[in-house]
Amino acid sequence: MSALLPQFVNLLGAVLLLLAFAMTSQRRMLALIHLFTMQGATLALATAVVGYVTRQHHLYLSAGLTVVLKVLLIPWLLHRVLDRLGIRRDVETLINIPTTMLIGIGVVIFAFNLSIPISHLSSALASGTLGIALACVLLSFLMMITRTKAVPQVIGFLAMENGLFFAATAATYGMPMVVELGIGLDVLVGVLILGVFMFQIREQFDSLDIHHLEQLKDD
Amino acid sequence: MSFSGVLSQLLEIVIAIALAPLLSGWVNQWRAWLQNRSAPGLLQPYRMLHKLFNKESMVADHASSLFRMAPYLKFGCMVLACSIIPTLSTDLPLAPAADTIALVGLFALARVFISLAAMDIGTAFGSMGARREMLVGFLAEPALLTVLFSASLISKSTSLTTIVETLAHRDFAIYPGMAFAAVAFLMVSLAENARVPIDNPATHLELTMLHEALLLEYSGRHLALLEWAASLKLFAYSCIGLALFFPWGIAEARAPAAMLLALPALLFKLGVGGFLVAVWETVNAKMRIFRVPEFLATAFLLAVLGMLVQLLLAR
Repeated sequence: MSALLPQFVNLLGAVLLLLAFAMTSQRRMLALIHLFTMQGATLALATAVVGYVTRQHHLYLSAGLTVVLKVLLIPWLLHRVLDRLGIRRDVETLINIPTTMLIGIGVVIFAFNLSIPISHLSSALASGTLGIALACVLLSFLMMITRTKAVPQVIGFLAMENGLFFAATAATYGMPMVVELGIGLDVLVGVLILGVFMFQIREQFDSLDIHHLEQLKDD
Repeated sequence: MSFSGVLSQLLEIVIAIALAPLLSGWVNQWRAWLQNRSAPGLLQPYRMLHKLFNKESMVADHASSLFRMAPYLKFGCMVLACSIIPTLSTDLPLAPAADTIALVGLFALARVFISLAAMDIGTAFGSMGARREMLVGFLAEPALLTVLFSASLISKSTSLTTIVETLAHRDFAIYPGMAFAAVAFLMVSLAENARVPIDNPATHLELTMLHEALLLEYSGRHLALLEWAASLKLFAYSCIGLALFFPWGIAEARAPAAMLLALPALLFKLGVGGFLVAVWETVNAKMRIFRVPEFLATAFLLAVLGMLVQLLLAR
């Protein structure tokens, strides 16, 4: 049983990576939010399991915080933004999806290679997860780079935070509670501000395509 | 080669040949029920085969011998594939003849010949079907190979019997890489067996069909053999999936008596699997043919990811 739980954390890490990949290749906005919700739920479960294995009880609290923020509140906010902006169409990407996924594989190989020397140093319960977390972060970066619209970019930003959170949990058994609370609050405030931004961009340009922002300096 | 090995090998072949149409019938029945239609009987595929075997087989005037040969070749390939895959026991005398790579090659061989036969007559439908079949095939094969390789990484062998022995009889462990491989395998087997997101097995004579377009010119016993081979292929793929991801219940080499338990276990697993396929086909719609490369590229990338995760976490 005790040997299975770290493997279970590994499995959850793999699921996070899978969801990150699914998000980079997802065309539909609603499905993107659903995937983000699932990623949040997986992250919360992983945090709780790590907390149980290492008997670090403050991790339960941060798992609960993750559920409230990333499974309930932020997806609800994003749904509301989509409703109010009336976006239901497919997401447009700069690079086509198969190419993005090929780049994604390259990114994953890079992250895994990068993490091997680091994971040799650490003796945390699932040192292999560091590579997975790094890959998640880089994939979310990739998603932010390849999307042209504001909403998927915000989701990419949030997914990146998920990856960072997983790295912190799996590699170092979580950050101090104050830091975690601070980050949680930052993400929430970030989403609120970005939501306001989206409305502003929309009002200015009648579209959420951030390419319009490049022309500001010409005026 | 022991007596029990020969016995289990024979039993496996007989069961594959006998049960494959039943599996197709089971899936079709559930699909009809789930779609609120009254279902054809469970034995409908057998009746269909019986009818076709009793009919005259018509061959076009300018068909070459390849056209007549292809159904037998495909059927033979599928039977051989079913006999290599450990469905009941891992004690199979034929298994050393082909490892997983050769198994994928067997499927490819069948595909090449059936595509050639479809082009042989020279009708537009046949050539179009052959082209599409090859399109699906060349994208699905690397994904299938990669899935099998990530399983091989665990057991350090490409022989399917060794993989199953390692996975089933070692202490239970979670392999995260196999989760990716499972998703990839599911996508590949849906594509290879002409199931719903790629092809609709229930349609005939439409511009979208893949599998049926290849069989258009066949009739009588040739068509029966091809239909039977198609069910055998579904059976083979289901059994590869079960062997890789749910290997529990398959008998070991030293315990031939365990095969008594292996058969009900196999039937149970196939029954559940068939039901899930029917559910999947009910809730999903067929995708456009131009989305198929993307679907299969995703499967391939997932399989590669699985292998990478396997390598990362194994050290």
